[in-house]
Amino acid sequence: MRQELNPLGFELVDVCLEMGGAEIARPYVIEAASTHPSLIDQAHAMDARFGVTNIPMAIWIDESGSIVRPPEPATPPPVGTAAESIVELIGDRAFREKYLARLRDWVTNGPESRYALSPDQVLERSQPRSPAVSQAAAHFELAQHIWQHQGLSERALAHFNAAHELEPRNITYKRQAYSVVGVQRSEDTEMGRFRQAPEAGEDWPFVSDFNRDLIEHDPALAKMLGLI
Amino acid sequence: MTAPSSATYSRPMLLDRLDLSSAEFQRLTGWEIKPEGACKGETCVPLPNGDFDFVTTAERLGMAVVQDQPDGRWAIGPETLSGRALTTTDTSDFALPDLDGKEFRLSSLQGQKVLVLAWAPY
Repeated sequence: MRQELNPLGFELVDVCLEMGGAEIARPYVIEAASTHPSLIDQAHAMDARFGVTNIPMAIWIDESGSIVRPPEPATPPPVGTAAESIVELIGDRAFREKYLARLRDWVTNGPESRYALSPDQVLERSQPRSPAVSQAAAHFELAQHIWQHQGLSERALAHFNAAHELEPRNITYKRQAYSVVGVQRSEDTEMGRFRQAPEAGEDWPFVSDFNRDLIEHDPALAKMLGLI
Repeated sequence: MTAPSSATYSRPMLLDRLDLSSAEFQRLTGWEIKPEGACKGETCVPLPNGDFDFVTTAERLGMAVVQDQPDGRWAIGPETLSGRALTTTDTSDFALPDLDGKEFRLSSLQGQKVLVLAWAPY
C-alpha cells in the first residue's frame, strides 16, 4: 500500500499503542521492513487526543495537517505476520480490498474524493466523548504509570478496571491490560500478548475479558471463533 | 498551511501538585489562558475573573482530574466540551516518539497526505 501510494504524495505512519515501549514494537517493525515512520504511544495518547478506541483504526490527514476522516476501523497494518493471520482468520479480505480502493481514491482525487469528509463531518463522526471517557483516560494513565514502576499491583489493577468500567467501548485500554496477564501466564511471550481471556475455571483480575466482550458485541464472530 | 502551535500534545499528564501556573497549564494541555478565557484554536471557554485556578479551569473544560490516593499523584483526562472526541481537525500539535525515542511531529509531514494507523501487538 505505502509503496504504491508514496510516489503520489502519500505517507503512512504506524503508531504502536503499547505501554511496554518501543522494544516490544521493534521486532514487528523490523519484520515488516517498514520504511515509513513508526511511532510508539505508551500512554495511549491516540485515544485521548483523537478518539482511537480499538486497533487497527486509522486517521486520514490532508496536506495541510487537517483530518479528513476521523479514527475508524482500518485494514490491519502490514506489521508482522500476526496481522496477516488475523485477516485470514476472520476472512476480512473483502474489507481490506474495499478500504484500499477508498484510500487510493482519496490519494488520487484529494478533496474531490467522496471519501474526504468536511471538517464538520469529521468532528460529528468522531467518537462520543462523555466526562466518563475523560475519567477513563486519566485512570488508564495512572494504571500504566503504576504498572511501569510496580508491575500489576492492586493499585494498577484498580485503575485499569476503573478505565474499563468507565469506558467499556475502549478496546485498547482493555486488550493492553489483558495482554499483561497473558504474558505473565504464557511461556511464549508473543502468543501471550494475544491471550485475552481466562481459561475455563481460571481466576481473572479484570472486570471484563475479550471473549465475553465479543460474545456480547459480535456474536457472529464469536460463533465463528468457537466461543459459543 | 497551519503553523505548528507552541504546545505539543503529549501524554502522560501526571501531576504531583495542582497549583499549576497558566503557562504550565498551556504547556501541558495546549489551552492558552487569555482575557476572554481558556483558548485553543478558534475555541475560547470563559473563565471566572481573577487569578488562574487549575481545578476550576479543568472543570470548565470538562477535564477529569483523578487522584491515585496513596501517593497523591493526579492524572488529567482530555477535555470533553462538545460530546465528541474531536473538537478540531488540526493535528499540528501532535507528536510522539519514534522507536529510537526521537520526537516525531505530525506537522513534519505537511504537504503530503497521511494515514496514521493505530496498531498493537496484542
